Amino acid sequence: MLEIVDLECVRGDRRLFSGLAFSLESGELLHLHGHNGSGKTTLMRAICGLIRPTAGEVQWNGTDIRRLGEEFNRELAYVGHRNGIKDDLTGVENLRISCVLDGIAVSEAKAWDALEQMGLKGCEDLPVRVLSQGQKRRVSLARLLLHASPLWILDEPFTALDKAAVGFLQTVIRSHVERAGMVILTTHQEVSLTRGQVKQLQLGWKGDGDV
Amino acid sequence: MFEAFLIIVRRDITLAMRRRSDLFTTLFFFVIVVSLFPLGIGPEMNTLRLIAPGVVWVAALLASMLALERLFAADFEDGTLEQMLLVPQPLSLLVLGKVTAHWLVTGLPLAIVAPLLGLQYDLSPEALGVLVVSLLLGTPALSLIGAIGAALTLGLRGGGVLVSLLVLPLCIPVLIFGAGAVEANVSGLGEQGHLSMLGALLVLSLLFSPLAASAALRISAE
Repeated sequence: MLEIVDLECVRGDRRLFSGLAFSLESGELLHLHGHNGSGKTTLMRAICGLIRPTAGEVQWNGTDIRRLGEEFNRELAYVGHRNGIKDDLTGVENLRISCVLDGIAVSEAKAWDALEQMGLKGCEDLPVRVLSQGQKRRVSLARLLLHASPLWILDEPFTALDKAAVGFLQTVIRSHVERAGMVILTTHQEVSLTRGQVKQLQLGWKGDGDV
Repeated sequence: MFEAFLIIVRRDITLAMRRRSDLFTTLFFFVIVVSLFPLGIGPEMNTLRLIAPGVVWVAALLASMLALERLFAADFEDGTLEQMLLVPQPLSLLVLGKVTAHWLVTGLPLAIVAPLLGLQYDLSPEALGVLVVSLLLGTPALSLIGAIGAALTLGLRGGGVLVSLLVLPLCIPVLIFGAGAVEANVSGLGEQGHLSMLGALLVLSLLFSPLAASAALRISAE
C-alpha cells in the first residue's frame, strides 16, 4: 500500500501543495488532475523519490521510501515526460538494457514480442533516432509489458500516441489494475476501467488536495 | 548486480562506437597539444627530455577534462539517467560502470599513443614504459575524480568550464606523481615510489568517487 503523509513540496519560492495526504491500495488507479504548473509532475517525482519533499513522507507498506532506498525501486515503474531511451540504440537494445537494470531476465524473443505488441513491428532493430515521436513513446512504454512491479507512475503516458496506441495502452493499464496493481497517472484523456477503483485528485490553486 | 555493471559498460561503449566523432576529439586534442611543444621549442634534445613528463601529463589531464562534460550530460537530457536512479541497483555501481566505459574510450587510448608521442621528446624506451604505466594508473583516477565534478555540475549552464575549475585542483596529486614517476626514471632515481602513490590514489578514488558522484547525481536530478 502506498501512503502519502502530510506531503509538502516547494519549487523555487512557490509552495505547490502542502498537507497532502492520501493512500492507494492494490487494484486502485489514481488520476491526478490539475492545471498546468499545479505540481502534478512534482508530486509524481516526489512519490518516486526523485525529489525530496519539503515536509512529510511517502510510505510504502508503512515504511518511509527513503529508508527503503533501492528496495522501493523494485516495486516501481516510472514513465516520465522524457522517454528515457537512447537515440543511438535500437528498440530491442533499449528494452533489454532497461530490463537488465530492473533486474528482470528478458530473452531477446520476449523483447521483440513486447515491441511487436506495442505496434512497432518492423522497427524493432532500427536506431530509435529514426523513429517518430509516437514510436519513441511506444518503445519507452514497452517496458510496462515486461515489468512485474506493482506500482506504475505514468506522467502523461498518452502524449504523442495515436488513437490505436492510446486504446492499447488503456487496456494494458486496465489489466494491470485488475491484476491488483496500482497506477498513478496524469492525462487529459478519460481512462475507463472495468474493475477496480478510480480515485481522482485535484491539485488546485489553494494548494490543498483531497481525495 | 554485477550484470547491471556490465550492461552499463557495454551500453556506453556501444554508444561511443556509434558516435565516433566524440571519441576522437579527446585523442586528437592530446596528440596535437603534445606535438605542439617540440615544434614550438625547437629540436633542443636536453630541454625536450626535461619537459616531456610534465607536458604529456598536463595534456592528458586537459584531454580528460575535455571529455568529462559528456559523461552524464547525454543521459541526463534523454531521461535515461532518471531511469537509472529508479532501478533496484546500487547507483554507485552504475556510476562505476559509466566511469569504466568512459575511461576505456577516452583514457586508455591516451596511454596507448603516449609512447609514440614520447619519441618526439627523445625519451629512452625505459622512460616510455614508465610513462605508459603511470598513465594507466593515473587516467582512471582522473576519470573517477572528474565524475564527481561532472555529476555536481549536471544541468548547469556553462557546466563545462565549471567542471574544470572544480576538478583540476583535485587532480594535482595525480599530475605530480604521474609526471614525477617519469622524471624520476629519467634522472635515474627509480620510479617505484611515485607509481605506488599513483596506485594508492587510484584505489582511494575507486572507493570514494562512485559514492560521492552518485550522491551528487541525486542532487542534480532533483
